[in-house]
Amino acid sequence: MLLRLAPWVLTSVLVMPLAAGLLMVILPAFGYLPVLGGETFHFDAWQALWQRPGLYRSILLSYASGLITTLASLSIVVLFLAASRGTWLDRGIRRLVSPLLAIPHAAVAFGLAFLIAPSGLFARWISPGLTGWERPPDLLIVNDPMGLALMAGLVLKEVPFLLLMCLAALPQLGPEKRVTLARSLGYSATIAWLKSVFPVLYPLIRLPVYAVIAYATSVVDMAMILGPTLPPTLSVSILSWFNDPDLDRRYMASAGAVLQLGVTLAALVTWWLGEQCVKRLSQGWLVNGARSSGSMVVAISGRVLLATSTLMAISAIGGLVIFSVAGFWRFPDALPGTFTLDHWQRILPSVTTPLLNTLSVGLAATLIAAVLVVATLENAVRHHLPVSRSQWLLYLPLIVPQVAFLFGLVVAAESISVRPQLALVVAAHLLFVAPYLYLSLSEAYRRLDPRWVQVAHSLGVGPWRAFWRIRLPLLLAPLLTACAVSLAVSIGQYLPTLLLGGGRVPTITTEAVAMASGGNRRLIAVLGLLQALLPFIGFSLALLVPRLVWAKRRNMRGVV
Amino acid sequence: MPNKRNSLSAIMTLGMLAFSLTATANPDPDDWQSVLEEAEGQTVYWNAWAGEERTNAYIEWVAQQVDERYGIELVHVKLGDTSEAVSRVLAEKQAGNDDAGSVDMIWINGENFAAMKENDLLFGPWADSLPNYPLTDPENTPAVRYDWTIPVDGLESPWSSSQVVFYYDTALVDEHPNNMPELLEWAAQNPGEFTYPQVPNFLGNAFITQAMLELSDDTRIFYQPMQAEDFDQATAPLWAFLDELHPHLWRAGRAFPSNSADLRSLMGDSEISIALSFSTTEASGAIANYELPDTVRSYVHDSGMIGNMSFMAIPYNAEHKAGAMVVANYLMSPEAQAEKQDPEIWGSNTVLSMEQLSAEERALFDGIDLGIATLPPSELGEVLGQPHPSWVDALAEAWQNRYVN
Amino acid sequence: MTANANFHTHQLHTKQLHIKQLTISLHGETLLAIESVIQPGEVLTVMGPSGSGKSTLLAYLAGFLSPAFKAQGQLFLDEQRLDTLPAEKRGIGLLFQDPLLFPHLSVGGNLRFGLPRQVHDKRQQVTQALEQVGLTGFEARDPATLSGGQQARVALMRLLLSKPRAVLLDEPFSKLDTALRQEMRSLVFSQLREAGLPALLVTHDHADAKAAGGSIIELG
Repeated sequence: MLLRLAPWVLTSVLVMPLAAGLLMVILPAFGYLPVLGGETFHFDAWQALWQRPGLYRSILLSYASGLITTLASLSIVVLFLAASRGTWLDRGIRRLVSPLLAIPHAAVAFGLAFLIAPSGLFARWISPGLTGWERPPDLLIVNDPMGLALMAGLVLKEVPFLLLMCLAALPQLGPEKRVTLARSLGYSATIAWLKSVFPVLYPLIRLPVYAVIAYATSVVDMAMILGPTLPPTLSVSILSWFNDPDLDRRYMASAGAVLQLGVTLAALVTWWLGEQCVKRLSQGWLVNGARSSGSMVVAISGRVLLATSTLMAISAIGGLVIFSVAGFWRFPDALPGTFTLDHWQRILPSVTTPLLNTLSVGLAATLIAAVLVVATLENAVRHHLPVSRSQWLLYLPLIVPQVAFLFGLVVAAESISVRPQLALVVAAHLLFVAPYLYLSLSEAYRRLDPRWVQVAHSLGVGPWRAFWRIRLPLLLAPLLTACAVSLAVSIGQYLPTLLLGGGRVPTITTEAVAMASGGNRRLIAVLGLLQALLPFIGFSLALLVPRLVWAKRRNMRGVV
Repeated sequence: MPNKRNSLSAIMTLGMLAFSLTATANPDPDDWQSVLEEAEGQTVYWNAWAGEERTNAYIEWVAQQVDERYGIELVHVKLGDTSEAVSRVLAEKQAGNDDAGSVDMIWINGENFAAMKENDLLFGPWADSLPNYPLTDPENTPAVRYDWTIPVDGLESPWSSSQVVFYYDTALVDEHPNNMPELLEWAAQNPGEFTYPQVPNFLGNAFITQAMLELSDDTRIFYQPMQAEDFDQATAPLWAFLDELHPHLWRAGRAFPSNSADLRSLMGDSEISIALSFSTTEASGAIANYELPDTVRSYVHDSGMIGNMSFMAIPYNAEHKAGAMVVANYLMSPEAQAEKQDPEIWGSNTVLSMEQLSAEERALFDGIDLGIATLPPSELGEVLGQPHPSWVDALAEAWQNRYVN
Repeated sequence: MTANANFHTHQLHTKQLHIKQLTISLHGETLLAIESVIQPGEVLTVMGPSGSGKSTLLAYLAGFLSPAFKAQGQLFLDEQRLDTLPAEKRGIGLLFQDPLLFPHLSVGGNLRFGLPRQVHDKRQQVTQALEQVGLTGFEARDPATLSGGQQARVALMRLLLSKPRAVLLDEPFSKLDTALRQEMRSLVFSQLREAGLPALLVTHDHADAKAAGGSIIELG
C-alpha cells in the first residue's frame, strides 16, 4: 500500500541528502578532502580549532544565547497566555504578533540594530532634547560582548513562532474548561492556567521549543548583524572559515561544524535535563494549594512583556519602512531630511523573476512536504503507530549547520550528474521545509479526536473518504498554518538556493542577501520588506481562509 | 556538453572518487575568430559580488552590450561573497564534474585568486591572448601581471583598479591627518571617532597592511614570501601603533564594524568622522545614494596608499569558456571601461593605459565628471603594491591572536 | 413525534448479532470474556465499573481495537463473519456520549453523510428524518446552534439513515439532563425496536438498563 511507504519516503528524502552532506563535513574534519590534497586521516584540524583565539568564548556564546533566548521567549509566551483573558486588548496583541512571523530574521535584525544603536531611532527621538547628544554617544549596545542584543533580536522572532505553536495546540486541550474548573475551586484565573493548562500544553509544544534551541544556537545572519565580534558566535566563525580564501581553512571549518553540532546537542540535552528538574520540583508547587499568590505579577508581566516585544519588532519594521524612503538622515534628526522613492524605483524593475522563482520554489516545496507529511501522519494514525524514535531523524536538518553539509550536498548532486536547476533547489528546500511542516502539524493531527473518524466508519464510510471529508476539513486551519510556516521557511533560505541552484535560480532572498553584503541600509530595507511580502500573504491566507470557509460554522472558529 | 556516466560510476562517485569519462576541447584564445564563433549563442554565468546596486546596474548594461554585439546571454549570478563561487567549483571538482561546471566567470583577486591558482581550479592561460589585453600596457604595468605579488600567468584578465582612500566629514573634522602617526594623534584627541573593519575583512586587512608599510623603513621584505623568523621584528612597529591606537577607536576597540558597508553606515550616522574605503569613488557614490552627507571628502596619506586590481577568471571546468573570454575581452574595451569609470554609472577606475589608446578613445575618459568627493587621478599619490599574501595571512592571524580573547 | 411507517419497511430483513467465545487480553492478562447472542430488536446491556473493559468491548465490536490488545473469538451477523472486516464494512452503527455532529457540515450535511451512496432520494430522506424527530426545516442549520437534545436527535437519525445492521450505544444518555434523558431513551429504544436492529448498550445507569428491557451482563 502506498500510504505505508510514506514515512520511508519522507525519512529518506530528508536523511539521505543529509547523510551525504554530513559525511562531507566529518571526513574533512579528520583531514580527508582529496580535492585539496587531504588523503590521510589525522587530528590537525581539531588542533588548529582548539588554538583559535576566543574559541571557548564563541562556544559559550552560542550555547548560552541559545538557551537564554529559548527560555525568555517561552516565558514571555506562557506568561502572556496565562494572563490573557480574551479581552480586545489580548486579541489585538495576538493579531499583531502573527504577521511578525513573516518578517525575515535578517530584516528584524537590521531593524532592531537601527532601533537601539547609539545613533538609532530611540536615541534620535530623545536627542538632543533629553540627552543633549549632538553626536551619538560612544556606547557598545549592538554587538555587545555578552550577546544581549543578539538575544533580544532572537526573542523578537521566536516569540511569534512559539505563540503560534501554542495557539495551534491549545484548543484541543479545552483550556477554558480547565480554567473554569480550577477557578471554581478558588484559583485565580492566571494561576489556574499555569497549574492546569501549562503542564498539559508543554508536551505539545516541546518539539517547536527544541527547534528554537537548535536555531538559536546556530543562527548566522542575526548573529552577524547583532552579535558580538571579538570573538563572534561559533556559527559566524565557522562561516568565515568556510568563506576564507585560504582553502586549507576548510579542514578547520569542517571540524568547527562538527563542534557546532555538538554545541547544539549539548544545549538540547541541557534543556532536557532542565525539563526533568522542573517536572520534579514543580510537583509540590502544582498541588500546594496556593490559589492566587503571584497572580498579579504574572498577569501584568505577561501582557507587558509580550506587548513590549511586539512593539519593538513593529518599531524595527517601522524603521525599515522609513529607511526605504529616506534621503540623507543626519543624527540626531528624528526623521530623514528628505524623502525619496528612488530606492524602490531602482529595485522594483528587477524583482519580478526573483519573486516568481521564490513563489514557485516555495509552493512546490511546501506542497510536496505537505503531501509527504500528511501521508506519514495519516499512516501513523490509521495503524495506531506510536510516536517513533525515528521522527528525531526528521529534525536533523534543523540542528546541523547549513553551511557545513550543503557543500557535501552539492558534491553529492554533482556526483550523480544532477545539474543546478529549479527542481534541485526545491529538493534542497524540502530538507528544511518538511521538518517545520511536520513539527507544526503533527500534534494537531495526532490529537484530533479519533471518534470523528470512528463515527464516519460506523456510518459505513471508508478510510479515504473519511480522510477527505472529515479529517482534512477539520484540520484545515492547522494545515494551512503549517503550510504558511513552511512557505516562510522556504522563502528564507539563502545558501541552499544559491549553492544547489548554482546561482541560476535567483530568489528575492538571494537578491536581498547579496545586496545586504553591500550594506546600503535603504536598499536592504526595500528588499527586506519585499522579502516579507510573500510570507505575509501566506500567513494572512492561513488566517482568513478558514474564517471565510467556516463563516457559518461556529465550532470551527477557533478550532485552530 | 552533457557528461555521460553510467549509473555504477555514479554510485561510486557518491562517495568521493570521481572520474570524468569525457573531455571536451577547450577554445583556443589565439584563434579569436573561432572563439567568437563558439561564443555566439552561449549563456555565460558570471559570478560576481552584488552588494552594490550600481555595480549590478553596470553588469546589466554589459549584458545588453554583449547580447547585441556577440549574441551572448550574460547572466549575473549575484554573490554575497566571492568564496561562494569558489565553493561551487571546488564541489564540482570533488564530484568529478570537469567539463560542465556551472560557473563560467568569476570577479576575483588577491587571496581568492591565489587559492584557486594553487589548487588548479583555473582555466588558462588565456588572458594575455585577448585582443584588448595590450591596451593595459602590461610591459610597464606590474599590477596587471602580479595580483598581490602572485604572477597572473594569463589566468585572469584585468578589469578594475582600486586604491585605498580615507574619507572624512568636513563638517566635523577641521584638518585631516596625513600619515599614520598623525592619525594616532588625531584619534587620541577625538576618541571614538575612527575605526576600521574587523580583520580578516579585506578592508580591515588593507588598513593594517597600510599601517605596516607606512611604519616600516624598508618595505622590500613584504613583497617576498614571509619567513617566520622575520615576522616579529618586521611587524613590531605595527603592533606598537595598533596597541596605542585601539583604546582611542570607536567603542574603544571592543567591537569593530564587520565590513566597509558597516563602516560607511557609522559614518552616515555621525558615529565616526573618518573612515576608509577600497574605492576612490565610494564617498561620491554614497553621497548620491543619500548614505553620506555631502560634506564628506576623500584624502590620501603622503607616502601613498595601497592599491590593487581586480580581474576576471575562468574556472577550469567552466562550460562556456569561449563566451566568458569574449565577455572578459569586452570588459577591457575602452567603451566598457569608460562607462565603468563614470561615477554616474559606477565610478570604478580603468585598468587601461591612456598611452595605448587612440585620441578618440581617450576622449571617452576625459569627459567624465568624477563627483565632488572623488580625488582626481593626479591627487591620488603613489600606489603601494599589495604585499605577498603570506604576509597578509600572517598579519590577520596575529591580529586575531592579539585582539580576540 | 410521529413515526413514519414507510421509513423502515426495507429494513425488515433483520439479523441477530452473535459474539462468539470472545476473550480480550492486554499484555497477556485477560480483560474480559463474553459469549452472547443479541436478537433483532433486542438491546443487550453491558454494565460495570470504569476499567472493566466496557469501552474495549465496544472498540472490538466496532473494529477500532488498538493493536496493543489481543482478541480471540468471533463476531457474526447471522452467518456473516464481521470481526475480519474493516470498521466501515461491518455495518455496525455507533452512538457516543456526545452527539459528535461534524462541526464543519450543516445538520442536513451530517445526515446526508451517513446515507449509503446508492440512495437516490437523499434530500427526501433527510427531510423525512428531520420531520420524524421534530426538527423540520433544520437542514441548513449549523449544528453548533442546536440544543443538546436536538443534537442528540440528529445524531440518532444520522445513525439510522446509514442503514446499520447492528448498533452500539456508548452511554448515550449520560450527558443529558434528567427530563431529556427520559425522552431520548424512549425515542432511541423505540426506533431501534421498530427497525428490528440488534443493539448493545454500555452504561453505568440502571435506569438505562431497565428502559432497554433486554438482558444484562455485568463486567469486572
